[in-house]
Amino acid sequence: MSKNLRITNSKFIDQTSRISFKFDGKTLYGFKGDTLASALLANDIHLVGRSFKYHRPRGIMACGPEEPNAIVQVGSDASMTEPNTRATEIELYEGLEASSQNCWPSVNFDIGAVNNFFSPLIPAAFYYKTFMWPANFWKLYEYFIRKSAGLGKSPTEPDKDIYDHRYLHCDVLVVGGGISGIMAAKTAAKNNFNTLLIDDKNILGGTTLFQENECFKINNSYSSEWLKKEIETLKSLKNLTIKIRTSLAAYHNYNYLLARENLTDHLNINEKKDKIRQRLWKIRAKKVIISTGAMERPLIFNNNDRPGIMLSSSIKKYIDYYGVKCGQRISLFTNNDSAYEAAISLNNSGVIVNSVVDIRDKTNSLIVKQAEMLGIKIHWKSSVVNTSGYKKINSIEIMKLSDDGTAVVGKKIKEKCDCLGISGGWTPRVHLFTQSGGKLKFRDKDNVFLPNKSELDQISVGSCNGDFELDEVINNTVDSINKFLKVNNNDYENLEIISSKEINKKNIWLLPSDKPLGKTKPFLDFQNDSTANDIKLALREGFKSIEHVKRYTTTGMATDQGKLSNMHALGIIAETAGVKMGELGTTTFRPPYTPLTFGTIVGRNVGEFFDIIRKTPMHDWHVENKAEFENVGQWKRAWYYPINNENMHEAVQRESKAARDSAGILDASTLGKIDIQGSDASEFLNRVYTNAWSKLEIGKCRYGLMLNEDGMVYDDGVTTRLSENHYLMTTTTGGAANVLSKLEDYLQTEWPELDVYLTSVTDHYGTVSICGPNSKKILSKIIPDLDLSDKEFPHMSFKNTLIDNTKCRVMRISFTGEHSYEINIQASYAKSVWEKCYEAGKEFNITPYGTETMHLLRAEKGFIIAGQDTDGTMTPVDLQMDWIISKKKYDFIGKRSLYRSDTIREDRKQLVGLLTEDPKEVLEEGAQIVSETNKQPIEMLGHVTSSYFSPNLNKSIALAVIKNGKKLKGQKMFVPMKNKTINVTVTDTVFLDKENKRLNA
Amino acid sequence: MFLINCPYCGQRDQSEFSAGGEAHIVRPKQPTELSDDQWAEYLFMRKNIKGVQFERWNHTHGCRKWFNMVRDTSNDKIHAIYKMGEKPPIK
Repeated sequence: MSKNLRITNSKFIDQTSRISFKFDGKTLYGFKGDTLASALLANDIHLVGRSFKYHRPRGIMACGPEEPNAIVQVGSDASMTEPNTRATEIELYEGLEASSQNCWPSVNFDIGAVNNFFSPLIPAAFYYKTFMWPANFWKLYEYFIRKSAGLGKSPTEPDKDIYDHRYLHCDVLVVGGGISGIMAAKTAAKNNFNTLLIDDKNILGGTTLFQENECFKINNSYSSEWLKKEIETLKSLKNLTIKIRTSLAAYHNYNYLLARENLTDHLNINEKKDKIRQRLWKIRAKKVIISTGAMERPLIFNNNDRPGIMLSSSIKKYIDYYGVKCGQRISLFTNNDSAYEAAISLNNSGVIVNSVVDIRDKTNSLIVKQAEMLGIKIHWKSSVVNTSGYKKINSIEIMKLSDDGTAVVGKKIKEKCDCLGISGGWTPRVHLFTQSGGKLKFRDKDNVFLPNKSELDQISVGSCNGDFELDEVINNTVDSINKFLKVNNNDYENLEIISSKEINKKNIWLLPSDKPLGKTKPFLDFQNDSTANDIKLALREGFKSIEHVKRYTTTGMATDQGKLSNMHALGIIAETAGVKMGELGTTTFRPPYTPLTFGTIVGRNVGEFFDIIRKTPMHDWHVENKAEFENVGQWKRAWYYPINNENMHEAVQRESKAARDSAGILDASTLGKIDIQGSDASEFLNRVYTNAWSKLEIGKCRYGLMLNEDGMVYDDGVTTRLSENHYLMTTTTGGAANVLSKLEDYLQTEWPELDVYLTSVTDHYGTVSICGPNSKKILSKIIPDLDLSDKEFPHMSFKNTLIDNTKCRVMRISFTGEHSYEINIQASYAKSVWEKCYEAGKEFNITPYGTETMHLLRAEKGFIIAGQDTDGTMTPVDLQMDWIISKKKYDFIGKRSLYRSDTIREDRKQLVGLLTEDPKEVLEEGAQIVSETNKQPIEMLGHVTSSYFSPNLNKSIALAVIKNGKKLKGQKMFVPMKNKTINVTVTDTVFLDKENKRLNA
Repeated sequence: MFLINCPYCGQRDQSEFSAGGEAHIVRPKQPTELSDDQWAEYLFMRKNIKGVQFERWNHTHGCRKWFNMVRDTSNDKIHAIYKMGEKPPIK
């Protein structure tokens, strides 16, 4: 039965409002202000999870984002459950459900724990080494490894929560609301800087907020009292925005930062509803002040991972802030003064402090003297060599350290305890500084990496800058901020500061044991279960670079990114390899600082907002007429219009036949349209297209092919000369934006002397294309005044005209090979014109057709689609389109490349037609083509680029690119498929109406 | 994410811009008179320096103007921005 370990004098916990929550199915109680971790500890629950590899029982170790063990699954809903959340950062709310991870069937009885007994057989890189052979067994291994890998469970359904993104600009951003951050924010705001202060906790003040110790006083009151007054004045400042529950995720170049604000995670289930859960702030700050503080380090000794072994500063926070006793007989183990603060706090709250085990020789700092005065027992120059207790620590073994600190000597003392506080010194949180590109320097005195050089307008203050004593923090912060902001703030002059000073420093990365190293388990990375032995093994096996050792042993690669383990890993590597730590360097800290849920990263860009959707003016008509759509770039294009229960093939066959037999109607609005004007417009077209444009008459249209400078086909389309200096260019749907960019590039950079203006008008006009032998009759019903005779309005020409008094342009151009017209009209009229054409065409069975039928019809005519039959490696010559290359023009984009040694090769892949021996057999697009069937290996000569069953020819047709294809006409080739080989014959690319009779039909 | 000082619009976020490769590569006026090697030099050869590099950038989602930038690729510091056709202000 669990005990209540709550004391009643905490000022930060509202003990009048009780909260019920569930952990591993059991209902427990906590109070408003608790975290899940503090509430569990108050219920005497330390054991919250199993370790990753050996399934060792693990307990809560810290009280902040660096927590390696207490990572839990929150919620059980298939769409909103969240794995790998730190219990130390989850604010308790009514209805919270959380459970342990990485254990089965339960955290108390976990089958996987057998791994612990086999641990000598599972060294670093065990999986790499073991599952290599036999290679084809990997499929089998993978199944089991995947099953046992990973910690929490991913949600299986889309996240129902709402997330948001917003931008924010400020003069000064202060990251971290501890004592130095508060001083910095106050100074900035008072000096008219528009300031933003963010903190990841639900309250400002950092660790000073609950510091009530005689050894740390400002102006004769506890440092906490002084700070609370500072916070009060801070809140009244006008230029300041404070965001709590907001953690900085990433610090990029140019002071661009991402912060996650938690808006509803702390609310009761029913209060969360319909609210934005988290908001990602995209912050651009002129100046950044980092005041993220420091993390306490663990100590590395045998069996240092049992539940009940915690960081001493966390034990202090649990008692002073949450009013929770982490145990009833607590021992402490330290190499510095911090543990004494915890010892004094515990003692003052009536918890039995067994002793403090200190690896240092006796020291006389203020705080140590105070502890001694309170009668706390201290084992000087001693080390904990082992701990006992499976699911919770129950005793420690203490021995004296030798003079050089490399061994333990003398008698072993056993001390009973139910909790052990450890303190290995402090690590400045330099993560954000390094993310921003800052370079670190190493300080030998206390083995810390500190911010050194940065290219950005930023500064680190407080303990993240290596100031650990209260007077240093205050004085150095004031100096730095004044210099950084170029102000002279004298609010903090003449403060009377009492601060205990650490006199004696000593550090041993891997503490000695009475047993040989191989028989001990000194854990480094608690979450990934790597020990000091693994690091040493990696070094013995020849790994030298810290980046390699990290990956080989997986130290620092868990969800906590090694916040607690990296320094010791570095220390042990440096020591073992005999190099200086400063020279070894560090691994790279990468964003995010703490894990972000995917919902926060994508914000509102989910579902239909995932990407921009472009719709044509006639879109609603297509929807009403049951069109299926396909995505072409960002456009939704009608793909085909099934009637009754037609499948795609049936619909396309019907549409294709109707378009050639009588009339079809296509929405061509998505084609890119560029309006080109200026006195040099003709010259410009001469330079960008392969063919000649100067002689194109006004009112006439011409097909053009555009190349890259490397001679490869880039885009194509019909351009119309509207007047002397005015053209309308069309491009492919997908290529429109790129073509415009390319043309602008040449105009601005290579040919600025040309008088040409380009305007994208794709969205300004809707385009209705009607084709087929009856298209002329239909158009004459709509525009009776227009002379549609071949003489007056021939193929490849255009007319300005009116439909119901609205101006429009009608082009007689064809992508299907049929007699056809394209009506371009202001977009807002396009749907009504479409409907008009459809009504007028009804007597001719006008059939709306989509992109699939369009593709089929043009393939019958052998017209290419840039991007389908070309892929950036095809020249016009490869496409057998030599006719479109002007011989007279001196230059155009890509001309010189058409006779490079590579482009004039005869055996290049060239576009050809293919007919299957069995006319019913339709080839697969992308299928490979070979010349022999009984040879292996066989050279792939090319592939099928377009393939359809043509209802108008009643046979299968295909376009393909084949090596030396031009010379292979009439030859038999083979298309090997999975279960059969298809016999094909190489043909001409034009399958239907070679004489172009239908254009004038 | 850089802040880029467009010479026509002023300081804007990088997401409005696109990079266009090495600057000051002039398209030959008479390509037909070049050998394959000379043409290939223009067509394919680009520097990729760790350090100060001269680049072309386009304000794609803004004024759509091209301009030149001197950028240190090792730390993304922008040393200079100048219009097309202008001489680099630094060497």
